[in-house]
Amino acid sequence: MSSSPPAGPRVGLFVTCLVDLFRPSVGFAAVKLMEDAGCTVEVPAAQTCCGQPAFNSGDRKDAREIAEQVIRAFEPYDYVVAPSGSCAGMLKRHYPELFQDDPQAHERAENFAGKVHELVSFLTDVLNVTSVDAAFRGSVTYHDSCSGLRELGVKDQPRKLLKTVDGLEIKEMRDPDVCCGFGGTFCVKYPDISNKIVSEKTNTIRETGAGTLLAGDLGCLMNMAGKLKREGSAIEVRHVAEVLAGMTDAPAIGEKGKG
Amino acid sequence: MEIKSPTFKNNSAEALKDVNLQKALGKVRTGFIEKRAQAADALPEFEDLRDRARDIKDHVLDHLDLYLERYTEKVEAAGGHVHWAETAEDARNQIMEICRRLNARTVTKGKSMITEEIGLNEFFEQNGVTPVETDLGEYIIQLRGEHPSHIIAPAVHVTKDQVEEDFRRAHTQFDPKRNLDEPTTLLGEARAVLRQKYFDADVGITGANFLIAETGTSIIVTNEGNGDLTQTLPKAHIVVASIEKIVPTLEDVSQILRVLARSATGQDMSVYTTFSTGPKRDDDPDGPGEYHVILLDNGRSSMLGSDYQDMLRCIRCGACMNHCPVYHAVGGHAYGWVYPGPMGAVLTPSLIGVDQSGHLPNASTFCGRCEAVCPMRIPLPKMMRHWREREFERNLNSATARYGLGVWAYFAKRPSLYQFMTGLGMRTLGLLGRTKGRFKGLPLAGGWTKYRDLPAPEGKTFQQQWAERQKAKRKEAA
Ligand code: SF4
Repeated sequence: MSSSPPAGPRVGLFVTCLVDLFRPSVGFAAVKLMEDAGCTVEVPAAQTCCGQPAFNSGDRKDAREIAEQVIRAFEPYDYVVAPSGSCAGMLKRHYPELFQDDPQAHERAENFAGKVHELVSFLTDVLNVTSVDAAFRGSVTYHDSCSGLRELGVKDQPRKLLKTVDGLEIKEMRDPDVCCGFGGTFCVKYPDISNKIVSEKTNTIRETGAGTLLAGDLGCLMNMAGKLKREGSAIEVRHVAEVLAGMTDAPAIGEKGKG
Repeated sequence: MEIKSPTFKNNSAEALKDVNLQKALGKVRTGFIEKRAQAADALPEFEDLRDRARDIKDHVLDHLDLYLERYTEKVEAAGGHVHWAETAEDARNQIMEICRRLNARTVTKGKSMITEEIGLNEFFEQNGVTPVETDLGEYIIQLRGEHPSHIIAPAVHVTKDQVEEDFRRAHTQFDPKRNLDEPTTLLGEARAVLRQKYFDADVGITGANFLIAETGTSIIVTNEGNGDLTQTLPKAHIVVASIEKIVPTLEDVSQILRVLARSATGQDMSVYTTFSTGPKRDDDPDGPGEYHVILLDNGRSSMLGSDYQDMLRCIRCGACMNHCPVYHAVGGHAYGWVYPGPMGAVLTPSLIGVDQSGHLPNASTFCGRCEAVCPMRIPLPKMMRHWREREFERNLNSATARYGLGVWAYFAKRPSLYQFMTGLGMRTLGLLGRTKGRFKGLPLAGGWTKYRDLPAPEGKTFQQQWAERQKAKRKEAA
């Protein structure tokens, strides 16, 4: 007799290209958080990126083809979850928009979008997780990434869970809802402006005196970490999922491995 | 007005180096935002009012011809004249004709972005008419020979110290040693200078925040009252307004006014809301002898029914730029034409062409804060994206950008190939970056590493590690 565990919802993890390439530990933290909450997590191999670079560059055709590929790969799951408000926003808000002129494809995209969630809000709002079993020594400040905040309403959810992390103290920054200047290809197309915006951001981060910066989007995190490191700051930068999962042994973003 | 949008990148680099500008922009970053938030929070029905305001304008845009006709009839019934101007040139000529007929030498002006759009001041000067800006901000930038950098706070890019310098230079009639430390003293001095000009002026020109179809009334909202003197004292009042300013009824206007000032400055209402209907009647104590309305199209009718129609709901409150991180960084002049910030990034390509202003809709992080505060719920990022689509269709973006995107999309659509290539690539990058955890410079990543380090990847991709983990699990199970 096989000892199959109670099934729980079947979740397809949309890893996101940045987590896949730069920081797999965020993906594993996401898996742990959802498995702890009773989900069966699978990772379809037929995924690369959500297509946002094409969509935001005005290349609708490629964006549509990538969207079709993602929808096909994730249709079998009860939920589709991404450790990023930006990618989840793309899947949930913009995929349907891409198929507006094709009623059938549009309906399919709408049904798909209905199952898509950003990781932390999925834990709190869908799985009703109210606390996590993790410890973290030190103070953190949390940046609200734009898409998660304004497209998906992610704001209180991460703070609620962070407050249940043993030993963790939250020190809010001024204007946590102001853009960090990443903006996808914006940061390399308009580097001077992006630099000005991220410099304002790192000022507000440093002012808090927090030892660690957290956010829910790796693009923003790499931008802010890259700037903080260039400025010589010792503030560590991590994805919020790493802290919530208690998986902070990997070096922080942009830091060298210890030992 | 000369179009400088094609050099947006240079303009913004200059703006970032401009110490006075950066100091002045600090005001935008804090003042406007807090005040708007307080005003919005204090009014429980604010969000509903935004919906209503949007619906009113949508209705107008769907029946614009009908309301314009009705409006024209009403203006004429009240003794005024409506002049249809298809282009900026038409508008300038119509205005000039009125001024010539009245032998106008001096024209006072209330704050109006439309007259900026048609380049009226330059045109007046070339034709021997002296335009006098009566809004304090407009007056300051006229002294400085500049254009507005913000649609409701035209001189927001100027510091108080700069204004003091300008006044000492221009107002030589006053004691050079006078004390101008207080902003109120500056305001008083401007008032004293302007007072006589109101009486000297032959024609007064204002814009309009709204035109009411039901009554043929034009409305301006101001905080200084300068608009009232501009439009009542001279022989003729000319209203220059674009066609989408129409609103059906007084009731509709009062709904939209409730979101306008709150979104703009955080006031419940602007200090003055002035209604004008036709010229002075026989029993009116004062008022202009003639009342003209120049109704400007200048490309707007072609936005109807297009991806950009929603932009015509704009009531020019300025909230989108007040909340825009790019505007905060570079100010309004960098945008290179009349309309800055997110609303300019959508409107400017519609009016002067995306080939000239392609940077504007691209220079956005899509943070969405503009849309979140726009009282008319205009989906600004979405429309900027539509402009990027037009550019992409017309091959207007750079060859390198297209090539890069093409290569990336090729792989993104082929997951196994993508995973194979990225697996190799990330392992190499991970090894290279392992000792420091980040890169200070990397070929092809100059846009990134000029200002920040690039965090190194951890090594194996998630997909590789996941596949290994699954394999190990299967082995265990077997
Ligand atoms: S786009 Fe919206 S926020 Fe911007 S000026 Fe127009 S109405 Fe105001």
